[in-house]
Amino acid sequence: MKLKTVLLGAAAAFAMAPAAMAERGADGHVNVIYWQAPSILNPYLSGGTKDIESSSIILEPLGRYDPDGNLVPFLATEIPTVENGGVSEDLTSITWKIKPDLLWSDGTAFTADDVVFTAAYCMDPEGGCAQLSKFNGIKTVEAVDPLTVKITFETPQPNPYGAFMGGQSPILQKAQFENCTGGRAAECTEANFNPIGTGPFVVDEFKPNDVISLSANPNYRDPAKPAFATMTFKGGGDATAAGRAVLETGEFDYAWNLQLAPEVLEQMAKGGKGETVTAYGTLVERIEMNLTDPSPDLAPDIRATVAAPHPILSDLNVRKALSMAIDREILVEIGYGSAGRATCNLVPAPEMYASPNQDCIPQDIEGAKALLDEAGWTDSDGDGIRDKDGKKFHLLFQSSTNAVRQNFQDAIKAWWGEIGVETELRNVSGSVFFGGDAGSPDTFQKFYADVEMYANNFDGTDPQAYLAQYRCGNEPKPSSQWQGENINRFCDPAYDALLDELAKTGELEKRGEIAKRLNEMLTKDTYTIVPLVDRGRVSGHSNTLGGVALNTWDSELWNVADWYRIKE
Amino acid sequence: MLNFTIRRLIIAVPTLLFIAVVIFGLLQLAPGDPMAQVPLTVPPEVKERMREALGLGQPIHIQFWKWLVQFFWVEPQVLIDHIFGSHFADGKLRVLSWQTRSPVMDIVVQRMPQTLWVVGMSYIVGILIALPIGIYSAYRQYSIFDQLGTFIAMIGFSVPTFFTGVLLIVIFSVNMDHGSFWWFPSIYDTTLKVTDWASFGQQIRQMAMPVTVLALYNAAQISRFMRASMLDNLNQDYVRTARAKGVGERAVVMVHVLRNSLIPVVTVIALGVPQVFGGAIITEQVFKVNGLGQLLIGAIEANDLPMVQTLTFIFAVLIVLFNLIADVLYGILDPRIRYD
Amino acid sequence: MTEPTHTPKPVAPTGATLAGGPLPEPMPSAPPRSQWVDVWHQFRHHKGAMAGGIVFLFIVLAVFLGPYLWDLDPSKIDFRARNNGPTWAHPFGTDQLGRDMMARLMAGGQVSLAVGITAMLLALFLGSLVGILAGYFRRLDNILMRITDLFLALPLLPLLLVMVLLFREPLSATFGIETGIFILIVTAIGVTSWMPTARIVRGDVLALKEREFVLAARSIGTTNLMMILRHILPNVISPIVVSATLGIANAIITESALSFLGLGFPPDFPTWGRLLFDAVDYMQQNPERVVMPGIAISLTVLSVNYLGDGLRDALDPRIRGR
Repeated sequence: MKLKTVLLGAAAAFAMAPAAMAERGADGHVNVIYWQAPSILNPYLSGGTKDIESSSIILEPLGRYDPDGNLVPFLATEIPTVENGGVSEDLTSITWKIKPDLLWSDGTAFTADDVVFTAAYCMDPEGGCAQLSKFNGIKTVEAVDPLTVKITFETPQPNPYGAFMGGQSPILQKAQFENCTGGRAAECTEANFNPIGTGPFVVDEFKPNDVISLSANPNYRDPAKPAFATMTFKGGGDATAAGRAVLETGEFDYAWNLQLAPEVLEQMAKGGKGETVTAYGTLVERIEMNLTDPSPDLAPDIRATVAAPHPILSDLNVRKALSMAIDREILVEIGYGSAGRATCNLVPAPEMYASPNQDCIPQDIEGAKALLDEAGWTDSDGDGIRDKDGKKFHLLFQSSTNAVRQNFQDAIKAWWGEIGVETELRNVSGSVFFGGDAGSPDTFQKFYADVEMYANNFDGTDPQAYLAQYRCGNEPKPSSQWQGENINRFCDPAYDALLDELAKTGELEKRGEIAKRLNEMLTKDTYTIVPLVDRGRVSGHSNTLGGVALNTWDSELWNVADWYRIKE
Repeated sequence: MLNFTIRRLIIAVPTLLFIAVVIFGLLQLAPGDPMAQVPLTVPPEVKERMREALGLGQPIHIQFWKWLVQFFWVEPQVLIDHIFGSHFADGKLRVLSWQTRSPVMDIVVQRMPQTLWVVGMSYIVGILIALPIGIYSAYRQYSIFDQLGTFIAMIGFSVPTFFTGVLLIVIFSVNMDHGSFWWFPSIYDTTLKVTDWASFGQQIRQMAMPVTVLALYNAAQISRFMRASMLDNLNQDYVRTARAKGVGERAVVMVHVLRNSLIPVVTVIALGVPQVFGGAIITEQVFKVNGLGQLLIGAIEANDLPMVQTLTFIFAVLIVLFNLIADVLYGILDPRIRYD
Repeated sequence: MTEPTHTPKPVAPTGATLAGGPLPEPMPSAPPRSQWVDVWHQFRHHKGAMAGGIVFLFIVLAVFLGPYLWDLDPSKIDFRARNNGPTWAHPFGTDQLGRDMMARLMAGGQVSLAVGITAMLLALFLGSLVGILAGYFRRLDNILMRITDLFLALPLLPLLLVMVLLFREPLSATFGIETGIFILIVTAIGVTSWMPTARIVRGDVLALKEREFVLAARSIGTTNLMMILRHILPNVISPIVVSATLGIANAIITESALSFLGLGFPPDFPTWGRLLFDAVDYMQQNPERVVMPGIAISLTVLSVNYLGDGLRDALDPRIRGR
């Protein structure tokens, strides 16, 4: 209820925006705080969200996603589609038309050459470009004329909007980055810290991992925007401090990602200086079941690989029982409040890809017990813990260090305790857990635990690559230095066949159907992945900041040009 | 003493080299990956490419050698260039951070002012509070003042700064009216430049809370220490002798006892100086001061090894240097100490 | 949020105290037993020490015997009673999962006290050993002090990560999960906090070594071991006691930062530091949640401090009998 009013309020403010201002720089100064501080303003050299979002104030792509996940043109005149002829019938090429008379912030003209250069910059094999996957399958990028760019793919692409779409792949100025390609990318500190862009603001001073001072871009394409003359983009601290600075002390106007306990956020909102906004994307907090045996007694080349199936969790009924014992509604209440929804799906959005499955929502302790009985796990020695063939039902449950995750771990341990499962908890520092260090036993890829919990999502609105992670053979294993995305070591030839079909299907409705099926094969059919919460994004803004339209499909600051000061 | 100093300086070189090797080995051995902060949406093969671009694939001894050359050969040249406008370091690769892809030393220099302002000031304030409290507590041992001093010092030490910092913010930033004199900013503005009285006032205001929190913590420790040292000296024979000679009580305490008691205190204060440069990680984070402490912890979390290596090595140099200074001070202040 | 876990601490948390003035008379040479009786006698008449001792004993009893009287399970989750203020059912309120804070304080106290005291003892032992050896034997001085420099310079966090990486599994396998992690944490804190004690003790020993009573003792052929045990150690007890007091607080808080970073005890293991840390966000709604663990830590530190004061006075022959 509350969420709705907040959203409506934001939408109303958004609609009123054009009337409220008329002149660039008329509204003075705006303060933005991100509790993760940006390190670099070139998103191609860092995949970090903080860096992508901060650079999106300065750099722009050809098109962006709007808060509903629709594609909207930014530097392009329109979004190319098969209908308007921008995308070829055979889905092997896409042609972007660029808006005429665009200027970089240094006053030079923006041309198709810059776009071609950006592609070359990222696709350089020496450069270590973080957004390389956006350029997957591209054969050539060529400038047909100064305002037209044609991208040709090696194979038909049902979703051709990877490159130059969204905050991850904005356009860099060729003149500035010309000498910064390949191995020299890292040496161009000046360019990486002060990129020349087409966005509403330009960098005055960048202090890495601390603060960015920006001012309005004098050559921005809309002469009336941005309304703010200057901006301070402060980084550092934690979510609590950021929330306090916006909602309680009023020192800042916008705070990013206030992932806080609901009651803490509620208390802060009583400060009366600002409000929170929520939007949902594709981020799902889930429990991953390990289908392979992580026992330390196994040889290192067999441990947690497909060669050793899990002694307990290989049984579908056991996995299902563990899922049934969880009360997702309560998890939402303790962890996310209005910024979360209980979910049974790996792909919760966009609507056409999201399965309607809701089976897992009601908690069913008795049903879970019955399933375990049926699976042969009974408490034969009366110590409250089930056993089978002399083996105790003992699980090691790991997650990254994060207050909400530890609360979830405690709650889930209690529920599993009720159905006679003994759980050992472990939390691992995020910098180790999410790192790919093959030498560490604690990475989520290595999965030296029985179950683990984290959140993941996908870029943009198309889940194909996301679902393809669970292909046979894509699992982390010693021969791949424990790299791989099939964390559960799931393997089903039928799943792989369906994935191939998805890659060939261009028709949207059909794609949606296949994606839903794939999603269900991982969740409801096999309980390989046990989704818990569809996590929304909560950000806060002060009462006097107008124009905020929270976007989970793109950078949160995607429409910073439209922000303005509400006059009291 | 001069001999001793020179000998120690010579020994410092292999010591520091050894420390550098140990730190490097430790960082190599520690689990973690600079790609940990890259979202999971970036596929593993792209991450692998990014690691290669950082030079992670190279053999360890080559990585270490590169760092040594960059730190001891290229960086001094950059400094010389900076001072004299020469061009020795042009085109030479400096120590680059993995997070920012920019020279580590530039960021360190950028962070220095706020760390020295906040942490340095709190150290000085802490010492200025601690010495009189320590002296008086010892002189009037077990008096009300002493008991109160002990009590506050112990609270100051045992309550972590993540609590006191937030408490101050709740009181002075949240509950105070914005216009009131007692309102203080909860976020430190590192872009503030002190140019006139107004901006100086602003600087003082934004320093007030972090300095208070840290000074309390520092004062708690140093005052305990001063008190203990005074107590030991107050019972010595020379004090009795001085009193017997008819020296005034004030002179006895403030001249004879204090001077002797300060010897260990001064050395400990010297030993604490490197930690000023190390910053105060929690306090910096609570007030968003973003100084050297925040830089180090951020680099550790991001597994930015060149940054961590360089920062810890700089701290190591300071620690070795100030240990030497403490030893020399000790020898000068207390002639009975013989090092040779 | 890691101040205590990281090497740079604002000040070396100890006191070198005997370094300054001359010590007039040699240690009394009465038989040991009567000396210890004297010490006990003096200790008993030290009001602060007795008060500190009683409070400390009370805390230990409350934490270890309390759970038998207050038998709520500290990990029992009650979703209907989340974030409650103090009530008769939960005198100290409940936390964000509806767990009883009183039970958690007691359970947390067991861990925190055990970690604090063991880690402090380990650090004191290492620090005194290194300090005395370095101060007393000139040959060892240089090498030991350079090792001290090395440890002061090591970044604590990576060091801990390496320790966890290398030793967690073997320790868990040998001692069981909880004891294994306990050993790991105590060692980690102990091994990384002995340096200030060592430096200060060494400074004192350097000064003591030149004193007349040491020369006198040497002239009658006292062995090095006896010299250290009988003449040096009793005279450096004062800085060691100060180190002990500060060491306990340091260990308790360091442990909390470690758990926060995912390097400490498993998340379902309450400790005082962790309770305090978790509660900071709730400071405005449920102030009692921050206040209780804060008081528990401060009281422990205070009582140990007074105990230490009393002990030091009792061990000082010049004060004794005053």
